[in-house]
Formats: sequence, C-alpha cells, structure tokens
Amino acid sequence: MVNGLFPLSVKGALTRRRGKVLVGPVDLELDGQGTCVVLGPNGAGKTTLLRMLHGIARLHQGRIDWACDTAIARNAQAFVFQQPVMLRRSVVENLAYPLRMHGVPRREAMERARDWAGRVGLGEEMLERSATVLSGGEKQKLALTRALIQEPELVFLDEPSSSLDGRATREIEEILTTCSAAGTRLIMSTHDMGQARRLADTVVFLLNGSVHEAAPAEVFFAGPKTPEAQAFLNGDIVE
Amino acid sequence: MVDLWQGLSQAFWLVITADAELVEIAMRSLRITLSALVLACLIAMPLAALLAIRRFRFRRTVIAVLNTLMGLPPVVVGLMVYVLLSRSGPLGALGLLFTPTAMIMAQMIIIVPLIASIAHQSLRDLWHDYHDLLISMNVSQTQKVATLLWDARRALLTAALAGFGRGIGEVGAIMIVGGNIDNVTRVLTTAIALETGKGQFALALALGFVLIALALAVNLAIHGLSRTERDGRW
Repeated sequence: MVNGLFPLSVKGALTRRRGKVLVGPVDLELDGQGTCVVLGPNGAGKTTLLRMLHGIARLHQGRIDWACDTAIARNAQAFVFQQPVMLRRSVVENLAYPLRMHGVPRREAMERARDWAGRVGLGEEMLERSATVLSGGEKQKLALTRALIQEPELVFLDEPSSSLDGRATREIEEILTTCSAAGTRLIMSTHDMGQARRLADTVVFLLNGSVHEAAPAEVFFAGPKTPEAQAFLNGDIVE
Repeated sequence: MVDLWQGLSQAFWLVITADAELVEIAMRSLRITLSALVLACLIAMPLAALLAIRRFRFRRTVIAVLNTLMGLPPVVVGLMVYVLLSRSGPLGALGLLFTPTAMIMAQMIIIVPLIASIAHQSLRDLWHDYHDLLISMNVSQTQKVATLLWDARRALLTAALAGFGRGIGEVGAIMIVGGNIDNVTRVLTTAIALETGKGQFALALALGFVLIALALAVNLAIHGLSRTERDGRW
C-alpha cells in the first residue's frame, strides 16, 4: 500500500480545554512507514495527542499538515479507542457500519464484514450476537476490525490492549503486525513497555504535554537522549 | 361499587357482542390517536436527535421550553387550535374545525413535546457514548441522526408509547376542537364525558374499561412487533 498521508508535519500544535493546555506546543515529523508508539506516564497527553492528530480534539494553535488535503486525510484514517465503543447492533452490523456510511451497498458491506470477521477470528456463531454483550477482548478485536475494514492508510490506537489478558493482547498484536506489514501506518499509545518493544518502529516520548524525544525504536530503547525518558524506561516515577 | 361491577359487565357484553357503535367510536379513537402519534414522532424524534448532537446558541432554552411544554394544559391547546381553525381564524378557510383532522392537530401539539423530551434524554446519553466514534468515522449529520434514532429505537418506543397514552386518554382539547359530534368526532374519552354528564355511570365506566383495554392491546402489540424482550439480538 502506498501511503499518501505522509510525511506528517506537526508544527507548534496545541490544544486546550477550559483554558488549560492539554497538549502542546508539539513539533513532530513522521514518515509513512511502520508503527509509531507514543510513550509517556499517565497524564502526559498521549490520548490527547492522538485525538488532536486525528482531528477529534480541536487544534487551538499551530499546524498539522498531511501530505494530502486534510479532508482526504481524515477519510483515510481510523481510530480505535481505549474503551471500545460498540454500536447497539449485532457484531456483523457493527463491522458493516463504516462501509454503509461511506456508500457501500448493504449486501456488499455485509459480505465484506463476514469476510473480515473470518480473517480476524470472530467466529460465525458470534456474528449475529449483540456487540454489547461481547467480552472485553472480543469488543476490542471487533473495534479494531471495524477500523480496518475501511482499509485506512493510518490507524490511531489508544492503548488498544490496556485491559486485556495476555492471549487477547497477543491476538490484537498479531492483527496489528499483519496490517503494518501490509503497509498500514499505525500510531498507537501504550503503557506496556513489552508491547512497545515488540511493535514500535518509531517512538515518541511525551511528558507534560510536550514531545521530549522522537527517535527510531532501536535508538530509543538502546539509550534515550533525555534523562526523563531514561528514567521512564528504568521504571522510575517521572513527573 | 355496584356501578363498578355494572360497568365491568356492561363493558364485557359490549365487547362480546361487538356493539357497532362502540366499535365505531373505538376505531375512531385509535385512528385519530395513531395518526397524531405518527405525525408527532416524525417531528419529535428528529428534533430530539438534533438537540442531542447539535450545539447552538439557544439549545438549553429550547430544551427547557420542551420540558415545560410536557405539562401543557390540553384545554389551552384546544382553545388555541380552536382560535386558529375557527371561521375568523387564520386557518378558518380550511374548514377543519369539528373534524377529526382538528382533533389530530390538537393531540399532535400536546404529545410532540412529551415525545421529544423523553426521546432527547435517551438520545443524549447515546450520543455521549457514540460521539467520538461517529466523529472519527467522518459520518455526516444526517447519518448521525439516523444512527442515533435506529440504535435508540427501544427507548424511542417508550417515548412513543408515552405519547400514545397521553393522546388516547386526552379529552379537553379534542372536546373543544372536535365538538363530540355523533358519528363524526365522538371518541371514547368524549363519549365517557358525555355519558357521565347524563348520569349513565355504568356505561361511562364500560367505555372507560374498553379504553384501558384498547391502550393495553396497542402497547402489547407494539412490544410484540418490536420484540423488546429478545435478548442478545438487535
């Protein structure tokens, strides 16, 4: 897949809520390959950074420039939330929903939904069940598949396995690895350092709403430049 | 107590013998209220969805007004519709006064705020859950409204049934704009008022029981058709 969204250039981007700066000013340049993992302690602004880049959080200052028009860029992205949001519909209808909203005929959307469900291991017996009664792992897998079914060029993932057990986490990571290998760019936040080491090609370290360090994963994990990032990697409390 | 038993037995016989006049009045009641309900839902539910998802300057005021209008006195509504439709009123030329259409209009005005307010409560909660997801999917405003209305359909059914309950039991407004004319605008509630005025308490009670049975039947039918008790399927 040729990724037409990148390079992404973020200059002085800042977002506020009720006058308080949540994230920013952020300066960042990202190219169009692999998985970018956003790391940082609680409250560093990881979720808000992802939301700001995707356009859910309002940009109050600065610029976010994609390689293409912003409206086109938005349509080529998907977002997976930390707490998966399930539409009050069946599993297969949840999967078909984004396709239907973008003009795919119902029959084709349902066929593609069934096909994708099979690919990620959402069994046939599960498809007609209400999505709201699934387990946490199944919900997250469904949310991820619903994001991927649109065949986006970029997927934002906000701590996609934060409340999942090891098996469910592994299943999610396998899907992410497959997608990344197919050329889909992933930008994800995580608290799980093991997951970051397994998946990251690039690391962005965030602290107090600012980017402290952005580097290739092997460089970052071998020896971060800033003492805060080093402390974070050591498991120390960073504020 | 004697009247109560008499009323029950009379209601039983009226239903068993399918009394022609009763059937006609009951069918007219249903026709008028269901028509008002459908029209009210077509207005109230998209309005409730828009109030849930759109932010505009006087949104809170509109919601407060809608909530206040839930307690709108039917007699006042009847009077307003009467003035509008009377020969010297702005819509007098339509000749709708003392017709079922006028009764539908009055009932609709009474139940729109009720349905919109109840629907808005449910849709607001659902929008809170769906907000980020639908924004991230780049869904259009119309699609958001349609999604909310479809996914909240069970809660909206409750709102519609509340509107039906208010409409079918309403007497003040439809008495004023309908006139309780035999074979034209007489419905169950106005017939009950008439029989009570004549001192025919047993017959009035009988009609009352039929009215309750009718409301119950409609509620059960709607719940049955919409399969509200089937878990795990949407």
